[in-house]
Amino acid sequence: MTEEAAPPLELRGISKSFGGVAALRDVDFVLRRGEIHGLVGENGAGKSTLMKIIAGLHGQYDGRMAIDGRPVHFRSPREALAAGIGMVHQELSVVPDLTVAENVYLGQQPTRGGIVDWRAMVDGARRHLADLGIDVDPRARMGSLAIGLQQLIELARVLFSGARIVILDEPTSALSPPEVQRLFEVLRGVRASGRSIVFISHFLDDVLAISDTVTIFRNGRLIATEAAGAIDKGWLIQRMIGRGHEELEGSYIGAIALDSRADAPVVLGVHGLAAGRAFADVSLDVRAGEVLGIYGFMGCGLIELARTLFGKLRADAGTMSVGGKSLRPRSTAEACRAGIAFVPESRRSMLFYGEPVYKNMSISVLGRIGRMLLRPSVEKDIARRHVQSLSIRPPTVETLLGSLSGGNQQKVALAKWLTWPPKVLVLSEPTRGMDVGAKEDVVRIVKGLRDQGMGVVVLSTEPETVLSLADRIVVMKKGRIVHEFAGQTVSKDQLLEAA
Amino acid sequence: MTAMAVFLRNQMRIIAPFATLIVLVAFFSLTSRSFASLDNAANILTQISVTGIIAVGLTFVILCAEIDLSVAAIANVTGIAVAYFTLQEGYVNIANVPLPGFAAILLALLGCFMLGVVNAAGITLIGIPSFIMTLAMMQIGAGICALLVRGQIAYAVPDLVSLLGAGRVMGIPYLVLVAAAFLLAGHLVLTYTRFGRYVYMVGGNREAAEYAGVNVKLVLGTVIVISAMCSGVAGMLGVAHFGSAQQNEFDGYLLDAIAAVVVGGTSLFGGRGGIGNTIIGLLILGVLNNGLDHIQIDSFLKILIRGLILLAALIINVYVQKVRDSA
Repeated sequence: MTEEAAPPLELRGISKSFGGVAALRDVDFVLRRGEIHGLVGENGAGKSTLMKIIAGLHGQYDGRMAIDGRPVHFRSPREALAAGIGMVHQELSVVPDLTVAENVYLGQQPTRGGIVDWRAMVDGARRHLADLGIDVDPRARMGSLAIGLQQLIELARVLFSGARIVILDEPTSALSPPEVQRLFEVLRGVRASGRSIVFISHFLDDVLAISDTVTIFRNGRLIATEAAGAIDKGWLIQRMIGRGHEELEGSYIGAIALDSRADAPVVLGVHGLAAGRAFADVSLDVRAGEVLGIYGFMGCGLIELARTLFGKLRADAGTMSVGGKSLRPRSTAEACRAGIAFVPESRRSMLFYGEPVYKNMSISVLGRIGRMLLRPSVEKDIARRHVQSLSIRPPTVETLLGSLSGGNQQKVALAKWLTWPPKVLVLSEPTRGMDVGAKEDVVRIVKGLRDQGMGVVVLSTEPETVLSLADRIVVMKKGRIVHEFAGQTVSKDQLLEAA
Repeated sequence: MTAMAVFLRNQMRIIAPFATLIVLVAFFSLTSRSFASLDNAANILTQISVTGIIAVGLTFVILCAEIDLSVAAIANVTGIAVAYFTLQEGYVNIANVPLPGFAAILLALLGCFMLGVVNAAGITLIGIPSFIMTLAMMQIGAGICALLVRGQIAYAVPDLVSLLGAGRVMGIPYLVLVAAAFLLAGHLVLTYTRFGRYVYMVGGNREAAEYAGVNVKLVLGTVIVISAMCSGVAGMLGVAHFGSAQQNEFDGYLLDAIAAVVVGGTSLFGGRGGIGNTIIGLLILGVLNNGLDHIQIDSFLKILIRGLILLAALIINVYVQKVRDSA
């Protein structure tokens, strides 16, 4: 042993809290040269927070960080990038209207006499992409490429801008299995060149397949760091979700028994529904007292389908019926009147942060409480009932919504549809970004609504979410329904394969 | 933090403009002999009444995070229209169409209603940003005014308009009472009706309101029409108050009305504020405009001073809101 070089990235005793809630507690993390380091954990476990600190997105934290043994403290992504740290986010930041070459050279185009040197740029991009084993015409328009290629090109850009450490956030969630294999080949090449990669993912099989080392986070703590060869999926899951969550554990390991109710009346009928380029020929039946799960990769048309069902997007073709009555909603108000309720994937787009809890709950039912005038005392009574039955903390209805935790906010969002239950409840990504406890609460609430006879549609790109909620599952791929699982057992692998 | 401090922080949106008002009143009372009198207080109220009626509608629009730049133009059109349908003296050289008073008033109201509907259709059905749509309407309104009076001035308006715009009851101008009634009605609608709640929610988070099943386009369209109707009434009474109907008569009222709403503490980003804020904003503006006439300063400097004081009031408001939001 001659000399032990300092690791490219070393963090010691990192703690970070948001408004009194600890997101990271005393975390030590070391990334070695030429290593692919997998990072797993439930949403809210702290892995994104740690990566945001490393990438300069959170400047305020306790603890020490060092790059190649030199202490650093980034206060902006620019500083982190200058030190050789790049990040590829789940939602890509490519410019779809520019060419591949322009995207690779984004912000640093080669110029000659003040004018962009197109030939140098195209040649340079071609060489650089070929080095990484990416085969694409640098003159192609970015937006015309498949999402998997776009992602590789963004990775190429990050590397090209000088990153020696690359953080990949959920890189495989939107990819098909062949695309995943291609990504892995590129990543192995990057590793061979001595650069280091942090690979954050919910897809444990992917993590185990590509990583050299895996670190597990839970509730803001680093639980364990192990060589990937020494562990398996079950071991990971146990450490990720802790003890006593058998039901959720099942949804991770798979083999969930589906139990659909073929005899109940159809509450939502969809036939041949199509909207633009998002999806086409979608036909579904949702029965009273069943949860229909719709699973697909990101970009497969799920989000658009959910919005179309609720009248936010207009369908180009096809028919819909609710409780036997046909419906072609042109506005959300119309869908709402027909008995459809919707909870979108982003809490930010369905809650009023500056308003008290009770106004957030009553907004959808004001018309039923009073025709013209408001009746705040009735509103508060209704809200108090929900706060109690859903055990929302703090248990007061006057609290401003913005001061609640994410899980409690999600409960408020659900609560607004509980007073006068709709016939059909459409949930888009209902457990995204929640910790285990809140997830279980949501599962319990949704199953409770189902048992009351509501028809529920759950759309998600996370297989665990669909598996933990659904009685019947359809799989969507490139805007079409390609497979249905009913009355059988189904595992996550089967779902992924079908998509 | 004590309960009192929390209460004060939450009320900052109204306290800060109120403090500004007190400071202005105190300043003018000390520097001018003639400012602090009952007569002058009545003057101020009369001076802000036309702006006040316009500002009621504008408060609804700004609470929805939209803007209406056509309020002054619509006021002008409606004022001219009501005169256009009234029998004028022989020396007024306008090809007008004399009708009975009530018909003139109804036609003028219908006119401003229709202009509001056009605004609303452009914004909600076609999807033109309100800033641009009402900018176009401002020009259209000016064009209609020009066509109706062709550079002339009309004087006569229906008796009812004349009474409400220029008459008095027990020494109080009807105009002030009408403005007060509009402000009160606006406050009641915003505070106690379902529609009022929707206005705040649409302004607070438009997407969330839509996902809650609120008919956002209907709410937006309605506030735009309300704004046009308020402007129309202000325009008719304004014409009676000034004693004449002519082009460009209301040009100054656009900025005054917007300033009154915003200086009073209603957020331009929507969802926060209300008629209470608008009343304080109106009083600040009224005291400022009136007070500067009562002190000995270069009259050419007054315009600049007015602008600077308004800027200061806005800075205080923004700063206070930051304090409130960050705590």
